[in-house]
Amino acid sequence: MKSLVLIFLLSMLAGCTPGRMNDPYPDSERGSNTLYLGFVARPSHLDPAQSYSDDAYEILEQIVVPPLQYSYLKRPYILEPDLLDRMPLVTRLDATGKPLPAAAPSAQVAETVYELHVRPGTFYQPHPAFVRRADGRLRYTPMTAEDWSHVRRWQDFRHTATREVVAADLAHEIRRLASPQVNSPVLQLMGEHIIGLQALADRLQHDAGRVGQNQYLDLDRYPLPGVEVVDRYTLRIRLKGVYPQFRYWLAMPFFAPVPAEVDAFYHQPGMQSHNFSLDWHPVGSGPYMLTLMEPNRRIELTRNPLFHGERYPTEGEPGDRSAGLLAEAGRPLPLIDRVVFSREKEVIPYWNKFLQGYYDLSAISSDNFDEAVRINAAGQAEVAPAMRRRGIRLVKAVLPTIQYVGFNMLDPVVGGSSERSRKLRQAIAIAVNYEDFIAIFLNGRGQIAQDPLPPGIFGHQEGVQGVDPVVYQVRNGHVVRRPISAALQLMREAGYSDGRDVQTGRPLVLYYDNTFTGPNAKAYVDWMVQQLARIHVQLVPRSMDFNHFQDNLQHGNVQMFVAGWNADYPDPENFFALFYGPNGKVASNGENDTNYRNPQFDALFEQMKYMDDTPERARIIAQMNAILQQDVPWLFGFYPLEYELEQPWVGPRKISTMNRGTIKYLSLDIAMRERLREQDNRPVLWPLAWLAGLLALLLLVHLLRHLRRTNRKSSWDDA
Amino acid sequence: MINYLVRRLLYAVPILIGVNLLTFWLFFMVNTPDDIARMHLGRQHQKHVSMAAIQQWKIAHGYDLPIFYNPSRNGIGHLTDTLFAEKSLAMFAMDFGAADDGSDIATEIRTRMGPSLMIAVPAFLLGLWTNLSLALMMVWFRTSWQDRLGVAAATMLMSISSLFFIIGGQYLFAREWCWVPVSGFEPGLDGWRFVLLPVLVSVLAGIGRGSRWYRSVFLEEIGKDYVRTARSKGLSEARILFVHVLRNGLIPVLTTTVAVIPLLFMGSLLTESFFGIPGLGAYVVEALQGEDFAVVRSMVFIGSLLYVLGLILTDIAYSVADPRVRLS
Repeated sequence: MKSLVLIFLLSMLAGCTPGRMNDPYPDSERGSNTLYLGFVARPSHLDPAQSYSDDAYEILEQIVVPPLQYSYLKRPYILEPDLLDRMPLVTRLDATGKPLPAAAPSAQVAETVYELHVRPGTFYQPHPAFVRRADGRLRYTPMTAEDWSHVRRWQDFRHTATREVVAADLAHEIRRLASPQVNSPVLQLMGEHIIGLQALADRLQHDAGRVGQNQYLDLDRYPLPGVEVVDRYTLRIRLKGVYPQFRYWLAMPFFAPVPAEVDAFYHQPGMQSHNFSLDWHPVGSGPYMLTLMEPNRRIELTRNPLFHGERYPTEGEPGDRSAGLLAEAGRPLPLIDRVVFSREKEVIPYWNKFLQGYYDLSAISSDNFDEAVRINAAGQAEVAPAMRRRGIRLVKAVLPTIQYVGFNMLDPVVGGSSERSRKLRQAIAIAVNYEDFIAIFLNGRGQIAQDPLPPGIFGHQEGVQGVDPVVYQVRNGHVVRRPISAALQLMREAGYSDGRDVQTGRPLVLYYDNTFTGPNAKAYVDWMVQQLARIHVQLVPRSMDFNHFQDNLQHGNVQMFVAGWNADYPDPENFFALFYGPNGKVASNGENDTNYRNPQFDALFEQMKYMDDTPERARIIAQMNAILQQDVPWLFGFYPLEYELEQPWVGPRKISTMNRGTIKYLSLDIAMRERLREQDNRPVLWPLAWLAGLLALLLLVHLLRHLRRTNRKSSWDDA
Repeated sequence: MINYLVRRLLYAVPILIGVNLLTFWLFFMVNTPDDIARMHLGRQHQKHVSMAAIQQWKIAHGYDLPIFYNPSRNGIGHLTDTLFAEKSLAMFAMDFGAADDGSDIATEIRTRMGPSLMIAVPAFLLGLWTNLSLALMMVWFRTSWQDRLGVAAATMLMSISSLFFIIGGQYLFAREWCWVPVSGFEPGLDGWRFVLLPVLVSVLAGIGRGSRWYRSVFLEEIGKDYVRTARSKGLSEARILFVHVLRNGLIPVLTTTVAVIPLLFMGSLLTESFFGIPGLGAYVVEALQGEDFAVVRSMVFIGSLLYVLGLILTDIAYSVADPRVRLS
């Protein structure tokens, strides 16, 4: 048995390439221009019409190409053509269909027309749905029994083909937004703007019931007055009234073209049972194509040989050149040949593999924050010395997100527009010290919010100008939180002396609705309880699951609640809509969770949302922020900071928080990666030698005893 | 014996229906179909979850029916046009339908069974062999310091969480000594490098409990009359222990190990998660975390089925190992 073990160990060693026994990737990949990333959860949807989460966009935005994209280097974010060969032509029309000047008041605009011109000569990635027989019929639609007999996996489709992207594909995708078979999350919103989309959805709802969920519904047979294919490359989209934010939606995968034949291909019998669907095998004209989809283990993207020839940008912000961000200017994209996403459900193995050099980028979890980052004397986060010695770099970016605590404005105690409730909310805003929260719970990974607009969003103001005067004051040029005595004074003015209602003598008890889970949940709640105890308010936590929380929000059964908002697009309208009266959660199931309503704010919002980013718009935004700071419907918590580590062989890069399709701009120093991986992963063989020695010793002892016994037996036999 | 097996299989039907009913009831006690829809849409989109979207999701995933009783139907339709009938009865024909993310559950189970077995079978066999060997060694040295040391070591191993073995194993063997990959999986023969550490860790984590239990079984056997008779007939202690005691001691061992064999298909929740093994254990964890009722229901059904199968196999093994036992 011992010999067998030894033989096995030797064969194991023989089977390994010397130097890297712990390499999780096949030997054939060594030295290849491949980016290695990890993913925690399988992407929920990769169908462009359904997908709406960061984890899915990380993959999908490399594959599909929407009409527009955000500039990789320029800030604030600006849009530029991606699938299109020029920016959309926007025309505003009055009720008689006559064009209006761009500056015409929004009330006069009956319709806005977006004319999109697809870049000619853009081709889809190779896909079996495009293959045609000699007579022009599609090869795999319908799939025959003979076809199914040798198709088990996606790779079993022997033939693939391509075709040019045309305007009709964009039209098809817009129709898909209305399909009940797709259940797109933006249908309701787009239905309000694109002429005829909601009517189409209603009709499809009726007809889809007859064909079943998995059968093909030919969407192109249904009229959609708001979408017109003008010629092979030109599409017109008609919107009701004015909706300038529509241009941002054109930069999202919801508007990436999906060809009708691909849709039909995936709706054949047998496709779902093989997991062949747009959700698992999306197709587009992006820089990468999906070549391996095993979401439980590994997802691989490979350079699309038919990519339309985009080049690395030649212009950026000041400082980009010195940061090396323009070193690749003008080179054809993508710069990396393959991208491999490996599934890592747990943080510890992910982190270990990053330290071994088997992942090129890594987020920083709270578990390994101390190992990765240290706070220097100036209070700034920097990469820990051990990481720096390895050449690992820390990249930081403020997310277009805000974490806040909302007040239910329908609540008789904390809500309403009375002076009493306003002063109570202001006192709470001063008492809740988010600087402490960021230091204690986030390792400094947050920036204090003075208003709802995160940095990078038009209207955000840094420094003294953007300070919330209710919560902060400026002393000697420094912004400091008002003292707790100011909060106590406001409490007294509100009629709550020492935490008791002066009229009734009863203690002030508030409820804190939250969905915290995990090991820190209790600590979060306890911290908030302590903050309010400083102004003698008793806070009663009400923890619940997501569903009950949503239900309570819907019915207005909350008082103070924890929530967050992540920008869909970099426009202040996306944040201020959360305070717009008609969007009230209880009244109209809108996104205004606090049910805040202020006529002055609403009027300014209606004015601001149709404006371009002009100084006038900035002035209105400042006014709106001032109203919110006085009314305090939210405790403006913080804007989270994203910290990411990158290996020394990853070329300079700029984090784009609005755009996940940036892998095409990344570059790698492969020789350096191979050298450092080799250096860091030399197997330590002495324990094996010890083990082998121990086994040999045991074997020797056993042999000696056996020999002695045999000798003794022989002597007895001889005797 | 055949009559017995048929009878046991028929007994399994009401058990499986009962398990299904219980799972169904527990799941929907906590979550209504609206909750499930909102949870899925909310997780995917975080926002813009309208009532229309919830209703549409329910229709698309077959959650728009009443749970147990449909008053809008007639006759048997009261019971068959319900969520329970639609979702559960088809499973008896091994039709598991689609998960909430649209993937086919049967395909997933087929795909994931292999990786689970690649870890579970060697870990089971190697663990059984190791535990039996260690138990026999402790019995061989019974009442000596070696035995006491073995018992103490086994008790210590029992007290340590299996998570410690996983994290410690990954740190030592993969990160520090660089012998094997920290985590990951490759199908086919190339996958052995990824299997080695999870198997080793699984065996180590099970040594404490297994070896102590087998030791107590063998100690009980070694005090029996037939052992004394064997000694009086002049059989060596080794022959008594490794032939007679081992054979008789295996009967209680069989009763537990055979019952476990079918459940090997289900994989290991923790090991698969930490080592990135795309097996059925990880599938269950994901389904529970994602509140994917379709997958949870299917896996509970398969788990119950395999458990019943394991018990039947135990009975058969018992009758084979002990001629005194007859199945009737």
